[in-house]
Amino acid sequence: MEYEVSVGMECHAELLTNSKMFCGCENAFGGDANTRTCPVCLGLPGSLPVFNKAAVEHVIRTALALNCEISMHTIFHRKNYFYPDLPKGYQISQYGQTPIGINGYLEIETPEGAIKKIHITRVHLEEDTGKSIHIDGLGYSVMDYNRSGVPLMEIVTEFPPDVQSGEEAAQYAENLRSVLLYLGVSDGRMEQGSLRVEPNPSVRPEGSEKYGVKTELKNLNSFRAVRLGVEYEAARHVEVLESGGVIVQGTYGWNDEKGETFLQRPKEFEQEYRYFPEPDLIPIDFDEDYIERLRVTIPELPLAKKRRLMEQYGLPSSDAALLAQDQASAAYFEKAAKSAGDPRAVANWMSGDLTRLANAANTPVYATPITAENLRELVTLIEKGTITGKIAKSLIEDMFTTGKTASALVAEKGLKVTGADEALSIVQKVIAANPDVVAKIKAGNEKSAGFLVGQIMKEAKGQARPDDVNRLLKEELDKL
Amino acid sequence: MALTPDDVRKVGSLARLALSDNEIARLTPQLNDLLAQFARLQELNTDDVPPTSHAVPVKALLREDVTAPSLPREEVLRLSPHVDEYIGGFIVPQVIGE
Amino acid sequence: MNEILTLTAAAIAAKVKAREISAREVTEAFLARIEAVDNDIQAFVTVTPEASLKAADAVDAKIAAGEDAGSLAGAPVALKDNLCTRGIETTCSSKILRGFVPPYNATVVEKLASAGAIALGKVNLDEFAMGSSTENSGLFPTRNPWDLTKVPGGSSGGSAAAVASLEASVALGSDTGGSIRQPAAFCGLVGLKPTYGRVSRYGLVAFASSLDQIGPLTRTAEDAALVLNVIAGQDSRDSTSVPRPVPDYTKALTGDIRGLKIGVPIEYFAEGISTEVRAFVTTAIGILRGLGAEIIEVSLPYTDYALAAYYIVAPAEASSNLARYDGVRFGARVTSAKDHIELFENTRDEGFGAEVKQRILTGTYALSAGYYDAYYAKAQKVRTLIRRDFDAAFEKVDAIISPTTPTPAFGLGEKSDDPLAMKLSDICTIPANMAGIPALSLCCGFLDGLPVGMQLQGPAFSEETLLNIAHTYQLETDWHTRRPTL
Repeated sequence: MEYEVSVGMECHAELLTNSKMFCGCENAFGGDANTRTCPVCLGLPGSLPVFNKAAVEHVIRTALALNCEISMHTIFHRKNYFYPDLPKGYQISQYGQTPIGINGYLEIETPEGAIKKIHITRVHLEEDTGKSIHIDGLGYSVMDYNRSGVPLMEIVTEFPPDVQSGEEAAQYAENLRSVLLYLGVSDGRMEQGSLRVEPNPSVRPEGSEKYGVKTELKNLNSFRAVRLGVEYEAARHVEVLESGGVIVQGTYGWNDEKGETFLQRPKEFEQEYRYFPEPDLIPIDFDEDYIERLRVTIPELPLAKKRRLMEQYGLPSSDAALLAQDQASAAYFEKAAKSAGDPRAVANWMSGDLTRLANAANTPVYATPITAENLRELVTLIEKGTITGKIAKSLIEDMFTTGKTASALVAEKGLKVTGADEALSIVQKVIAANPDVVAKIKAGNEKSAGFLVGQIMKEAKGQARPDDVNRLLKEELDKL
Repeated sequence: MALTPDDVRKVGSLARLALSDNEIARLTPQLNDLLAQFARLQELNTDDVPPTSHAVPVKALLREDVTAPSLPREEVLRLSPHVDEYIGGFIVPQVIGE
Repeated sequence: MNEILTLTAAAIAAKVKAREISAREVTEAFLARIEAVDNDIQAFVTVTPEASLKAADAVDAKIAAGEDAGSLAGAPVALKDNLCTRGIETTCSSKILRGFVPPYNATVVEKLASAGAIALGKVNLDEFAMGSSTENSGLFPTRNPWDLTKVPGGSSGGSAAAVASLEASVALGSDTGGSIRQPAAFCGLVGLKPTYGRVSRYGLVAFASSLDQIGPLTRTAEDAALVLNVIAGQDSRDSTSVPRPVPDYTKALTGDIRGLKIGVPIEYFAEGISTEVRAFVTTAIGILRGLGAEIIEVSLPYTDYALAAYYIVAPAEASSNLARYDGVRFGARVTSAKDHIELFENTRDEGFGAEVKQRILTGTYALSAGYYDAYYAKAQKVRTLIRRDFDAAFEKVDAIISPTTPTPAFGLGEKSDDPLAMKLSDICTIPANMAGIPALSLCCGFLDGLPVGMQLQGPAFSEETLLNIAHTYQLETDWHTRRPTL
């Protein structure tokens, strides 16, 4: 039997703000336990929450970027449950019909290059929990509330789910992450847990109306893990069903080393969260002007940018996708490609040598000493024939270490391209000096021509254009 | 539809209250008395009545995103005798399944 | 008895500022009074003589330096023990908060201190403010200064008993369903529950967040106005506090209520209210009419449903507010538990008293899936009906007068086995909390030596009107000048 896979996507992103959601404690990662806490985020008696305006605006902007409607009257609720990491015994969250964003979508690109809309049912704002620290052999856990009260945004896809494979799940997550980075609302670090992607895969026999039992996947630390986790879990569901078993509902973890999922916590019974409107907070009313003022701050989004880069600069999909991953790289590219003849050459330099150098120095491409203007000049010098690609390759190393422009270095080192006339005399000289090799070539050993080319380039100190050398050598040999 | 002692025990577990049999025996009729009182509200037709969560209308308060000093950790840890001074946190029985 | 004890807060502040007496003398007098009578009254949970005298000396030093010492300079105040006090144990009269020393002050505590008031300590309450007699205190019961066999009312029983027995010049209480007004009535005081949002709740340990409000218990309306001047106002730490300018409430005390329309709601004079209490309030209405007020009959037909709705809303919010008492970060905890569930269940079972558990269970049930609409959602709608009742009445009148309680103070132990009867004693006070409006209780006579209270309710932010009616009544009568013999 053939099965269809459906994947609901739940994503949590910690918001990039200076302070926490409901108090003035710093919103940061790491550090000593319980150094960023106060009566509010420790849930001490008598403390009260006050909204962080920036967090609310981050969620509105995300909702707008995800094509959502905005609830003009948005209500906050208490989600009641007991856990040591939840200091108040409830999480302030948004329940029901009026989260900040509703009914939106995020576009992803299928492997065939088609656009697919992944519908989003809600974008809401809540607070993060504390963390428990486990040290083997200690025999107890230790609670750290530094993370308690960090603003958290939840983005949930619509049911029935549009995502139908591990690949699409990863695409969705990757694209969503880019959007969050573009908006500057999250740092999107999956490995640190500031972006948590939790797919809920289920399978059903092809053509069946009824959706299968879903399981929840957690602890996926990379897009690869998202794809593999969903694929593994879907395959496991099929196997269980095929052997006449039932899917155990619950939360499953992902073991990256073994490449398999494992049951973390079975779902015992329907959770009783006893939601009710948070009496300590007043629902927020937005007006149209305010929403419009936020709407204009939304930049061109990753997928749109990628498609524009392809169209405007003739870039292949893979290069455009790479560049569109973050705004700064794309901006760098566009600046460098502005008047260069071949934008693809700019993209190649960026993805090739420049990336290599940047990675080695642990900086992003756009932040190296090679400015976009400098890269453009380098590419232009090659195009004009002032220098060869080979020279450019060594120049870029110097540009990187010195921060100087290509033309400055060319002048400094007396570099220039050997002209065709000069190249001809070198060709003739090398032919004359190597009669035995010439004889071999003439006898049909074409490979020996490589030796002559090497000799010529050496003579020309690498400054001859390979095109010239090949053409002239062939002409001269043909004359013999 | 009266609550049984078992129902009360379940609600107790939801509220994280370990209730003794004596307490259950005392609480069950008390809760049922209250529920009987509450039933009176069903006499009222409230179909078109909006709920009141906040009796006095006021605009939501949003603060600017600026940090304020946190409590010094010594003060935080002084709140409970059950702390691990070395790690700097509150001790709880081993949390499993995380 | 030291004459200082009988002074109002207003008089103390005036004399201290005029350097007729020092804040230290005042404080010492009240500390001595506590020493002398609190064994009988048992109002105080914690007395802080050192801190009080230090604060008094600071006030005296300010005055000596010619600085403004504040409108309550030297006035000794008792704080209900559900108001957080930095460095001073705050118990809510619950075993579960044993050892809890807040690292912060409630906003009202800060405000009182900066106005020169001298905090004497923390006073008793029904555990987590749940109750009407202070017998639900997890620590000990407090007695009514007018008759030590009677309850002082609750939940701000310690606050009321402390002021009535002259152990403090004024006190702060909190009122969720009558917890300021009912003990004020039982102890012969003025008790004001301000409009919801008028006073910051930051640092008030929450019982029911949408109903709780802090207010003064005083002997005179003037003192109530003086204290409200200090504690009212928006607080950037309480989202539900209202950004509305604070008037000088003492300026509203004109002693003139001519032409004021006062409504008499028939529902508050129904059979549940003792005939004697009705008679006292009726007499007081006559006095107000004599002072020029126009008395108009009004109707608040949903009054009858307020109690049931309240006993859903308040426990529901309480069940959530009290979830944080899990023993992990502060307060008491059981020492051995195999996992966190056992830690929570046993800590909470040992730490909470019977009444608190009952309310937590009620609230948990009312919020649980399948019952939310029938209980919590329904109760919130009934709140709207109660608000509309008041809105309609306040179209016609400026204030509404009624009894505060069905009877004067009842005996210790008399109702403790009958939770429903106990709850009925809040029948007149609950509607104001449900509607968020201000309400004030003041003494309008004595029945068999026990004070009888009457209640004034007004539209949101009409504290000036209510205080002026009370003040004008007190100018005409002398109930508020009587003292219990101790």
